Amino acid sequence: MSTFVLLTITGLGLGAMYFLIASGLSLIYGLMGVLNFAHGAFLTVGAYGAWFTESKLGGLSVLPRFLIAALAGLVVGAVFAGLVELVLIRPLYRRHIEQVLVTVGLGLAVSALVVAIWGNDARPFASPGWLGDTTTVLGARVPNDRWVEILTAIAVLVALNAFLRRTRYGLIIRAGVENRAMVTALGIDVRRAFTLVFAIGGVAAAVAGVLSGVYFGTVDPARGTSLLIFAFIVVVIGGLGSLRGTAAAAVVVGLLQQYANYYASSGLGDLSVVLLLGLVLLVRPGGLSGSFA
Amino acid sequence: MSLLSVRDLHVHLGESHVLQGIEFDVAEGGVTALLGRNGVGKTTTLRALMGLVDRRGRVELEGADITQAPTHRIVRRGVGYVPEDRDVFAGLTVEENLRLAERDDDPQYDLVHDLFPELKERAKQRAGTLSGGQQQMVAIARALLNRNRVLLVDEPTKGLAPLLVTEVARVLERVSELTTVLLVEQNLGVVERVARDAVVLDTGRVVHVGPARELLADKPMVHRMLGVG
Repeated sequence: MSTFVLLTITGLGLGAMYFLIASGLSLIYGLMGVLNFAHGAFLTVGAYGAWFTESKLGGLSVLPRFLIAALAGLVVGAVFAGLVELVLIRPLYRRHIEQVLVTVGLGLAVSALVVAIWGNDARPFASPGWLGDTTTVLGARVPNDRWVEILTAIAVLVALNAFLRRTRYGLIIRAGVENRAMVTALGIDVRRAFTLVFAIGGVAAAVAGVLSGVYFGTVDPARGTSLLIFAFIVVVIGGLGSLRGTAAAAVVVGLLQQYANYYASSGLGDLSVVLLLGLVLLVRPGGLSGSFA
Repeated sequence: MSLLSVRDLHVHLGESHVLQGIEFDVAEGGVTALLGRNGVGKTTTLRALMGLVDRRGRVELEGADITQAPTHRIVRRGVGYVPEDRDVFAGLTVEENLRLAERDDDPQYDLVHDLFPELKERAKQRAGTLSGGQQQMVAIARALLNRNRVLLVDEPTKGLAPLLVTEVARVLERVSELTTVLLVEQNLGVVERVARDAVVLDTGRVVHVGPARELLADKPMVHRMLGVG
């Protein structure tokens, strides 16, 4: 029982990270039709932004250092993502092949740049000691960082939902996911929403970057790319452009990976996720949300 | 001076040269009907005026060149648009559809609710669950919320039951008292009832411009140009 509980909570923690990356991807694709292969770079930039800030705040105790560093990581992630939209994506509006090439290239370039500056090795990321402690639940000793990951993802989901439901920009984004041309035909400059959605995606990915630093205890140049693959799978399973579908798919993928790795065979987790993706595409091509955006 | 002036307007869609240098004017006030058989470029003309498709030529609104302006700027100059397939946002409520369309500081909800009282009752209903006629009301209401200089209305009676067609014609009459309307419409009964002027397109070219009633009274010409009657 304790193993099952530990696997479940770890799976939910992993799903939380997938959701944080995938939510931005899903919104960006839903609104703009851009398959953003540079989204992993947002995570990397956010994580390294936080790590770099933390490394410069040696005089502070761990908690304020961590909080300031995390905040810096989010700001860096948002600014970087917004700039990517303004400088690289906007000139290529409606040119989808070029967008794919640019975002793939940017993803590779950011990883290479990080390696060139800070090297290939993972860098230790200090977090408050209680995050490394465990809490016992039904006999399972669950690392506390899992709770933080899950709660953060829930907070981001609630905040994004509130933003989409209660603000004018949220209304524009929801409408734009359905019919971008008609939004402009109502006199709305939808390009501002594009930049905003990229920035929001950048923040969420940077949150995932910081949390992955806590989860693994390090930041490394390849993590953005490796997590991005699963985030794409989550987006497709959840239904492109659907936030709730993305959240549900992230939970399913995170849990499936953990259960398959433990109960079947180590390494089968990734394979089972790919099989699930194939099954969903065959049975429900629009994903869990049923959207064919 | 005409309110809207179109000169040498060309649109290519893929390999197809859909609009081949059309020219016409829309005078201020009343309804100008844009007529023609299926596929001659009526909807493309409205989409080109809105900047929703790439176009070449010159479009002037009150003497100002808007050919290069992006769609949202054209709208903000006072061009309202009711698209052919309504294009309401299905996942948004009626209220949200209208709120999204608000441009002016003082949106004309009184007018909208006067014309379409049903929309007030259905404010919280998702637009995707409305009937075709109700969706058409939302589409027209979105355009009427703001004080437009000209409204481009594309086949508002398409697919509607006869009773609703009459209702839409009544609304168009009322709207034409408030602003200028460029109307694409296949139902000649509606055109006869509301339109003052008519522009007829054939295979991407303007082949007739004149008073709507004169055109509709000339049955051989209607048959030749529009394929009906």
